[in-house]
Amino acid sequence: MKGEIKDLKGASFYIKRGLIYMVLILWSLFTFLPLYWMLVSSFIDPNSSASLQFTLVPKEFTLASYSYFFTFNKNVLRWLFNSLLISGVVTLANVFFASMAGYAFSKLRFPGRNAFFWTLMSSIMIPGQVTLIPLYILVVNVFNMSDTYFAIILPGVVSVYNIFLMKQYMTSIPSTLIDAARIDACSEFGIFRKVIFPMAKPGVAVMAIFTFVGQWNDFFWPFLVTKTSTMRTIQVGLSSFKFADSTQFGPMMAGAVIASIPMFILFFALQKYFLQGITIGAIKG
Amino acid sequence: MKKMADADNRWARNRQFIQDYGWSYIFIALPILIFLTFTLYPLLRALVMSFQTYHVMGSEWVGFKNYAYVFHRELFSKALINTLLYTLGTVPINIIISLGLALAIFQLGKKSQTFFKASFYLPAVASGVTISLVWLFIYDPMPEGLMNQFIHLFGFANVNWLGKVDTALLSLMFLTFLGGHGSGLILYLASLGGIPKTIYEAADIDAASTWSKFRNITWPLLKPTTLYMLVINVIGSFQVFMSAYLMTSGGPDHATTTIAYLIYQDAFEYFEFGVAAAESFILALIIVAISVLQFKYMGSDVEY
Repeated sequence: MKGEIKDLKGASFYIKRGLIYMVLILWSLFTFLPLYWMLVSSFIDPNSSASLQFTLVPKEFTLASYSYFFTFNKNVLRWLFNSLLISGVVTLANVFFASMAGYAFSKLRFPGRNAFFWTLMSSIMIPGQVTLIPLYILVVNVFNMSDTYFAIILPGVVSVYNIFLMKQYMTSIPSTLIDAARIDACSEFGIFRKVIFPMAKPGVAVMAIFTFVGQWNDFFWPFLVTKTSTMRTIQVGLSSFKFADSTQFGPMMAGAVIASIPMFILFFALQKYFLQGITIGAIKG
Repeated sequence: MKKMADADNRWARNRQFIQDYGWSYIFIALPILIFLTFTLYPLLRALVMSFQTYHVMGSEWVGFKNYAYVFHRELFSKALINTLLYTLGTVPINIIISLGLALAIFQLGKKSQTFFKASFYLPAVASGVTISLVWLFIYDPMPEGLMNQFIHLFGFANVNWLGKVDTALLSLMFLTFLGGHGSGLILYLASLGGIPKTIYEAADIDAASTWSKFRNITWPLLKPTTLYMLVINVIGSFQVFMSAYLMTSGGPDHATTTIAYLIYQDAFEYFEFGVAAAESFILALIIVAISVLQFKYMGSDVEY
């Protein structure tokens, strides 16, 4: 009798588990569907619209759509290079400047520390639309930087959100280490470089990844401040394809694949950091 | 003589100050500079602009004219209603989906948890442009459109999803349900992990039902996370722009004109900088007001 109850419990447990797995797998298939459809249709010949009939396994495999996308504008490779360069520079700048500021706000004491911190933080609450127009006038008309890398990079050189992230992360580094380094007559910058930065590396890695992906995927600002085709980023270039030729879905999907594949690869390679990263800033540390 | 000693003293004090705090200020110098140039100055400039009619050579002061115009503007009310509908139609459903997925995943083993976390997070890595273009393709009005192929299975006729007033906004809302739950899901999982097991064990002794455990333990203890998600998502959806810009251009007949899209149009298509600035301040005020209300009504029993 006792054994029977145990078995019964076991059975219902496995049924429940099975149901959960089924629902989760079904739902994740649903969420994959748009991306899967993007991938499948990018391998379809752009001239045969009949093949757009949905099938789970692609009916044809040609790279014609890709070559169409690469030939519609001779700058596609340049766009990818621009995106890589801009995202790289913005990420490096944030790694450097946000972690320094994070160190100052978490571990150093100086007059006005909290006032400065909260002043910076207040900018998170300001919707981008409010500052957009004067920012545009400033960068394009006053600084005359339209169509330059500077115009795209400069406003993002150190993000307040990243400073917050670094402050949160560095608060957990024991202060005794810093005191020990100070007794060894390390300069403040030496402490940052030799003690704090190495210890904060996991947090810095998370910040770097999110900054890189965010910059790579950014559309609106690069779109506003670039005019010539050679200065576009891949996202802006991809959107221009839509307006140039909105009937050619195959090549459009090929372009979408090209624009997102680097990020998917990055995600699979650095999954661990992605999945940790989200909780660093949001859960109060 | 005394004067010189004073000066010496001041000099020494200044030197001490620089020695003590110099590095700190160097560490935060660039962020402060960036803040002053790219946030504070534009903010104040925008405020001034909202009371002006902008001309490249000398703007004209018009007082509250821009605000009065916006308040009486039919298109602005329409954009406001569209944005509200979009928010009400997406935020609660997406929070429920994230929570539901998190509750399901939480019961699984560690390896399965990681697997599902990663698979639900993946779509969030794709850019807004990519997602918009893919869905533009899915909503293609021809019979080849994936959505139309899908409803054909149930015998429905072709729908021009993005081209008709009654379906355009709904279509933009629907695409948020598939994907983009990764970060919410991970946040909920983290907070679920923080609930002490003993509370559930005590409830088991009282033979509490699953629903009652959820209602009385899980939901209240997840409230800070839910509040955070609510505030962040509402702010985000009030600024929705990309899908309206790339998929529908605000149409048809302004059915998908959101406030953010309207501001963009006024500023960068019609160069009505003053009107756009006024609209952006109204948007900012609405966002602040809603966030404060949410904290007040939801946050009353949330501890930080």
